[in-house]
Amino acid sequence: MSPNLQIDSQGRLVHLLTTEGLPRELINHILDTAAQFVSVNEREVKKVPLLRGKSIFNVFFENSTRTRTTFEIAAKRLSADVINLNIGSSSTAKGETLLDTVWNLQAMDADMFVVRHAEAGAPHLIARHVKPGVHVVNAGDGRHAHPTQGLLDMYTIRHYKKDFDRLTVAIVGDVLHSRVARSQIHALKTLGVPEVRVVGPKTLLPKDIERLGVRVFHDVAQGLRDCDVVITLRLQNERMSGPLIPSAGEFNKTYGLTPEKLALARPDAIVMHPGPINRGVEIDSGVADGTHSVIMPQVTFGIAVRMAVMAILAGND
Amino acid sequence: MAAPLPEPERLLEALVTQMQPATGPDAGLVGIYTGGAWVAERLHRALGVKVPLGLLAVTLHRDDFGRIGLHREARRSHLPFEVEGRDIVLVDDVLHTGRTIRAAINELWDFGRPRSVRLAVLADRGGRQLPIAPDFTGAFVEMDPGEELVLTNEGGRLRLAAVRRPA
Repeated sequence: MSPNLQIDSQGRLVHLLTTEGLPRELINHILDTAAQFVSVNEREVKKVPLLRGKSIFNVFFENSTRTRTTFEIAAKRLSADVINLNIGSSSTAKGETLLDTVWNLQAMDADMFVVRHAEAGAPHLIARHVKPGVHVVNAGDGRHAHPTQGLLDMYTIRHYKKDFDRLTVAIVGDVLHSRVARSQIHALKTLGVPEVRVVGPKTLLPKDIERLGVRVFHDVAQGLRDCDVVITLRLQNERMSGPLIPSAGEFNKTYGLTPEKLALARPDAIVMHPGPINRGVEIDSGVADGTHSVIMPQVTFGIAVRMAVMAILAGND
Repeated sequence: MAAPLPEPERLLEALVTQMQPATGPDAGLVGIYTGGAWVAERLHRALGVKVPLGLLAVTLHRDDFGRIGLHREARRSHLPFEVEGRDIVLVDDVLHTGRTIRAAINELWDFGRPRSVRLAVLADRGGRQLPIAPDFTGAFVEMDPGEELVLTNEGGRLRLAAVRRPA
């Protein structure tokens, strides 16, 4: 999977497929652009005409109402026409291949595809086969990547912590099944975070995760100590094929973020979660709704970051 | 050789003279980034306007987005007063094609519906491509079509300069 598929010969972003290999300059460009859209979203009229006349297809081969909705709102606030397709339930059932589906939509004059797929690499495959001037945004592919989520998390961290270069960030829980964690780790490393930790049981951490430049902790108390940012991950029961943990209750006891465990982090630590949250599993309600939590701002910033990505891509025709 | 370019301080004085009797106490002064903001700051002070100064960034309403894309823009529109129902004076440095003003009016409307909008410019160089005319003008400056008239600001000292447009 060539990460360079997303950048053209002039260094411009033409697709957003992964945060891996995404240059720092481009990440900052996206975050700075998003800041403009945060202010647009606070106005009386939350709409700008940048993508007027453009058609954006949300092509979801795997269901996700939340992510699809945030992309839809982002596109609409840019004045694009948005078409939502849940392909899982239609064409593929009739035997149409992924690329046939995309070519058909391209023939309907699509300008951008927002793609979610259960298979890692599906958005890359599409990006390799679309016409020049058509852009692809990965909205989550298998366990591989979820770059807009990773970027909105970077936006959130920058908003609360200003600089990345002195931070300790802990990612806690089911890293193994998490495309979000992978997208976060690549972005955090690129932005110069000196210490990125992954915290969880051996069974839920990918082998060789250290190679990404993270420190591995199985002991939650050590992992959380003096952290500036604590990112909790959804325990993805639906993705587990075998018994990787004894039970959700047992996981909560050991790795669930409780007020007591959070007290080990820095007093001004922020708590993040990509959602949807399992209350009482990876995070207690007292923490999710508490003063350290920035989970709702993440959702709000997510719209602005997705607007920024789409506006930058559309501007790079 | 064209006539020397006017001194911005003189043009500011001319603008203040024109605007003083025509601007009510509740009028909102709104400068367009970047040069218009410098001019608006000066006018705001000289006119003694009580309503805080507003600033507009027009990037999101530009009509050349499809051609030049979205550049990093740290500046954001900031209107620290109620736009709805207010008399607004938009302020820019140089009026040329009128496209920036069109974008600024659109941007302004995203914050509310003003009672009226007037336009003050330090210099009008002609070459309009839209039906837009200033209400207050520092001076009309004749320019060669291949030249841009730009306002620079060196530590608060404003200066007008003619710059040959890149081919």
